[in-house]
Amino acid sequence: MKRLKGLKLSPSAWVGLGMVLTFVLAGIFGPWIAPYDVSSQAIDLTHKFEGPSSAHWLGTDSNGRDALSQLLFGARKALMLSGIVVAITATIGLTLGTLAGWYRGWVDEVLMRFVDILLSFPGILMNIAIVATVANPGVGVVILALAANGWVGYARVARGQVLALRERDYVTAAIALGASNRRVMWKHLVPNLMGPALVQMSFGLGAIILIEAALAFLGLGPQVDYTWGSMLDQARTFLWKDDWVKLYALIPGLAIMWVVLGANLLGDGLRDRLDPRQRGKS
Amino acid sequence: MSIGRFLLRRLGSGLITILGVSILVFAFLHIVPGDPVDHLAGDNATPGQREQLEKCLGLDQSLPMQFVSFLGHIADGTLGRQCAGGGGDKRTVAGRIFEVMPYTMWLALAGMLVAIVLALPLGILAAVRRGTWIDTLATTASLSMVAMPQMMFAPLLLFWFFITLGWFPGPGETGALALVLPALAVGTHLMAMLARMTRSSMVEVLGEDYVRTARAKGLPESRVLYVHALRNALLPVITIAGLQFGSMLSGAIVIENVFARPGLGTTLLQGIQERNYPVVQGCVLVIAVIYVVVNILVDLAYGLADPRIRRA
Repeated sequence: MKRLKGLKLSPSAWVGLGMVLTFVLAGIFGPWIAPYDVSSQAIDLTHKFEGPSSAHWLGTDSNGRDALSQLLFGARKALMLSGIVVAITATIGLTLGTLAGWYRGWVDEVLMRFVDILLSFPGILMNIAIVATVANPGVGVVILALAANGWVGYARVARGQVLALRERDYVTAAIALGASNRRVMWKHLVPNLMGPALVQMSFGLGAIILIEAALAFLGLGPQVDYTWGSMLDQARTFLWKDDWVKLYALIPGLAIMWVVLGANLLGDGLRDRLDPRQRGKS
Repeated sequence: MSIGRFLLRRLGSGLITILGVSILVFAFLHIVPGDPVDHLAGDNATPGQREQLEKCLGLDQSLPMQFVSFLGHIADGTLGRQCAGGGGDKRTVAGRIFEVMPYTMWLALAGMLVAIVLALPLGILAAVRRGTWIDTLATTASLSMVAMPQMMFAPLLLFWFFITLGWFPGPGETGALALVLPALAVGTHLMAMLARMTRSSMVEVLGEDYVRTARAKGLPESRVLYVHALRNALLPVITIAGLQFGSMLSGAIVIENVFARPGLGTTLLQGIQERNYPVVQGCVLVIAVIYVVVNILVDLAYGLADPRIRRA
């Protein structure tokens, strides 16, 4: 991780980092600063479909609930879900990829075959299929579905990196000094994986937010409280409303766009920094 | 390696992959709790109907036998029976997929057309005018388009062009005009990805020695750009375009949902929700085959675009 300290990033990467940080802050503090409750107790049909006002800055939804509060509570949900999924997928993927790259042979063969199979199917369709298969899916099922193929990217990055690293002099030296496999992997390989892994995590964050929203939009997620995806689903009907009430149709989509754009900018910037050969590639 | 041997090898590994996908789906469907008979037969089914349905789905056989008969249904091209309505439904799964496939195909083709027609000029322009406001604008626009959820963009398109302007037909309609908005929704997302790819690839290629040589020997700039540079720059673009085409052919569920269009993705989703195993397995198989075939085609296109790869 030392390499990442004092990292000089491009301006666009700083912008991306800032955007992601606002999301993280909104996710942590959002529910506390949200002006209203968004649970089913907060339903107030006398105030449904309102445009922006001093009482409701972003208006209200079909149940009279405050849109800004939904957005902030939704940020907490999105942050928790994406954080958990990124942590799980990165851990599984990096572990498997490192093992495959280090031991090669049948371990590598089996893993790569499995990766091929997972990649021979559109990722989002697989996520949707898994969630749709389970009756009354909870958050756990969504996490499982996203993790089911989310680790593949990390595994490929780690494997490729380890295959290159294992030929380095310091690894050879460590082996010559009698270091165990475990020690080589932990002390010499994994620390050098963190850069590429961070890039992957950044892109992964954006992808997870998008897929989770798509699931909720299709009515497949857990039916609890507010997520940006369920707001998007509701938002469709707001396009048909008058004047500023329409604003609700844009709010969740723009929030998602903000996070995804930030994550992608950050990912691009980190990649440029860590691997100059890849500069500018999307 | 000759093209023939290359194809054989790829087809071989493709078959293994498809078999793997089939086994995984088969296993998954049988692990997941929930009796398909309950779903398909409905609440007031007679025991006789339930039995008939069980027979139709092949659930009275052992697991290995079920898989064998699944393979048999692939071989005879029916992909099995749908078995809906108490097992009385004799229509084949293949029939159901064939019904929706044209919608998916046309959407994928039209979306691809939108993407390529917009992406290539935009990417080339941004690369040639690197560092100018045109580049900044094109890059910002494509980055934003990649990040924009289709769940927001597609309803917005409907709102502008169907509700407000009335230029194009709305959800549930079919016909050529009704294809325009879904194609735009699918295509712009891909367009943004391809434009970025084209730009970065062009920028890289334009810095190569052979481009300088081409310029130095006095070739017109258009020839340098479109013959020497673009052809080489297209390789990564082809890869991304091909893979994305594969995923569009598997059905754009969100777009199909917004525009109330039939399609492969929606059929798969329906199959899952009906717990109709034969339909799910059939859809997954078709999607896996599409993916493998598209991948092979991408590799072949690679060879066409880059003679070095063909000889290697």
